[in-house]
Amino acid sequence: MDMLASLLPAGIAVHAPALIVVIPLIMAAVAALMPRGIFAWGVTLATAIAVAVLSLNILGQVSTGGVISYAMGGWLPPVGIELRVDMLNVPLLLLVGIVGLLCVIYALPSVADEIAKKQQSLFYSAFLVCFAGLLGVTITGDAFNVFVFLEISSISTYTIIAMGAGKDRRALTASYNYLVLGTIGATFFVIGVGFLYMATGTLNIADMAAVLEQNGHDRVTQAAFAFIVVGLGLKAAMFPLHVWLPNAYAFAPNFVTAFLASTATKVAFYALIRFVFSVFHPEVNFVAMSFTWLFAVVGVIAMMVASVQAVFQTDARRLLAYSSVAQVGYMMLGLGMGTAAGLSASMLHLMNHALMKGALFMALGAFALNFGVRRVKDLAGLGQTMPASSAAFTVASLSLVGVPLTVGFTSKWYLVTAALERGWWWAVAALMISSLLALAYVARLLSAIWMETPPAGKAGLAPARRLAPWMVLAPMSLLAFANIYFFFHADPLVGLARAAANAVMGGN
Amino acid sequence: MLEIILERFNYIPIIILMMTGLYVVIATGNLVKRLVGLSLFQTSVFLLYITMGKVFGGQPPIIVGDYHGEDAGHGAEAAAGHGAEHGAGAADHAAEAAQHAAEIAYSNPLPHVLILTAIVVGVATLAVGLALVVRIREAYGTIEDDALNAADYSLETGSAE
Repeated sequence: MDMLASLLPAGIAVHAPALIVVIPLIMAAVAALMPRGIFAWGVTLATAIAVAVLSLNILGQVSTGGVISYAMGGWLPPVGIELRVDMLNVPLLLLVGIVGLLCVIYALPSVADEIAKKQQSLFYSAFLVCFAGLLGVTITGDAFNVFVFLEISSISTYTIIAMGAGKDRRALTASYNYLVLGTIGATFFVIGVGFLYMATGTLNIADMAAVLEQNGHDRVTQAAFAFIVVGLGLKAAMFPLHVWLPNAYAFAPNFVTAFLASTATKVAFYALIRFVFSVFHPEVNFVAMSFTWLFAVVGVIAMMVASVQAVFQTDARRLLAYSSVAQVGYMMLGLGMGTAAGLSASMLHLMNHALMKGALFMALGAFALNFGVRRVKDLAGLGQTMPASSAAFTVASLSLVGVPLTVGFTSKWYLVTAALERGWWWAVAALMISSLLALAYVARLLSAIWMETPPAGKAGLAPARRLAPWMVLAPMSLLAFANIYFFFHADPLVGLARAAANAVMGGN
Repeated sequence: MLEIILERFNYIPIIILMMTGLYVVIATGNLVKRLVGLSLFQTSVFLLYITMGKVFGGQPPIIVGDYHGEDAGHGAEAAAGHGAEHGAGAADHAAEAAQHAAEIAYSNPLPHVLILTAIVVGVATLAVGLALVVRIREAYGTIEDDALNAADYSLETGSAE
């Protein structure tokens, strides 16, 4: 950790929390000016590397020196805008930084295939804006700033999802629906923040918590809680509010899906945790009620219903998108337990799910890149024609089911342990049933890939083996490898998740 | 009951606007009209914030005459703190307290600043939304939800063969 903390010269390290947001924002403008897509990609790659290094450095700083509070523009909090990094948002910064970097490496061949040449620079620019927005939501300590960054990331997300229109025009309607629902969600969130401001007279998250603790909770803060949960729930694709997600993931460019599936909903979920645990206290009566009767119940329903929906999908990416909704259900169940163990299991699953879904969507992107396939039955025989990508896909999908030797098993294990600790046998049963359902939909994909013979080509011959470009293969294999590696070396991720839970729960 | 409602008269148009906007978003099948509803919904929130910043008897928050850094600072702070309570109906008290602190009560400028940002966000959302509608019309030849669903459905069943 000391090594990470001294990764950058002190002059830069002091300003790391601001730089991690500012660099992608400025570079977005630079990328937009690039005459050709490959230069814009170069700018994006340089930015992603810088962000990954900064996030590692911030991890080092927080682990050695405790909470970082950065006063933006020299205005001290609570009056000024504060960037605040503690153990809860460091894992998210790392996740966005490192998975973002891997996705950017993957982007070059994928984007060259899917986006028209003259739009590529603008595409990368929009991506960088989204990247900056997600990092901003994660790092800011100001409630209204969360809204602003959430919308910065969302608006750019709408545009990059719509860029999938080159391959399938349904990307446009998917993006439009996401825009309408996302804006309603953001507006609900900002209403909630307004109520909180009425009740507390401050926008700083830490200050709000202090004032609320002193003044107690009244009807206004209850309304604020409801609005914020619904608003962020929409962004995080919490079960009944997830309708925008399957189509958006299914028709966006492959690179966008891989990036969003592993970061965007995670960041919104983090914001939810931040508000529920840090601003409203989990011991307050109505918050505690919402854990059991809202988050846990809705989480369990999501695990069941979305998994069943996933089993019946014909589009491979839509299938995995429904699976994402189910996985958000697992995280909500962990949150709903309201214990440090439950929250840390939830955080662990959040990180692990990013590893799985990143690899899965990248592999689907590799299939689409070489053979242009996107439906489940078109995956037939890919195990023979694209063995490396299929292997990565297989590892990640087994991890999704929760097979031992993969990280999926680790996080489900922690979830089950936390549920038993709480005495929630029904939650354990739900986890088991949902895992079986996951097995059902994953089996559909895997049996198509490995069991069936590839469709005959023009001359009646099976298509030859094809290797995805190394820029696709390398990040995908790395993520798939991480799915196995972190089973055997679970300590770093589990440690991060525990520290995150302790940071907001205050226990051990 | 009536008294409670009248004390909070400023919220009535906000709630009406908000519900109208949300209803339009849900009820209409026309993509442009849906964006109109969305804008209405967002605008109601701007109003919610702006009424929050009003302090009865408060002046525009511009310091005139002699500037005594510390005093004025306290005044602004008190006004900011109590301006928030105005929503709960303690406006007179707030104005009084602010007067004690700095003789002059100022309206709370912070919500206005926040709403400037939110307006920009709203404009950007609307622009992206309208751009999408233009592209949808180019791709499908219609902006009615039912027709779009029908077109997509035929695409799905057509390609499933």
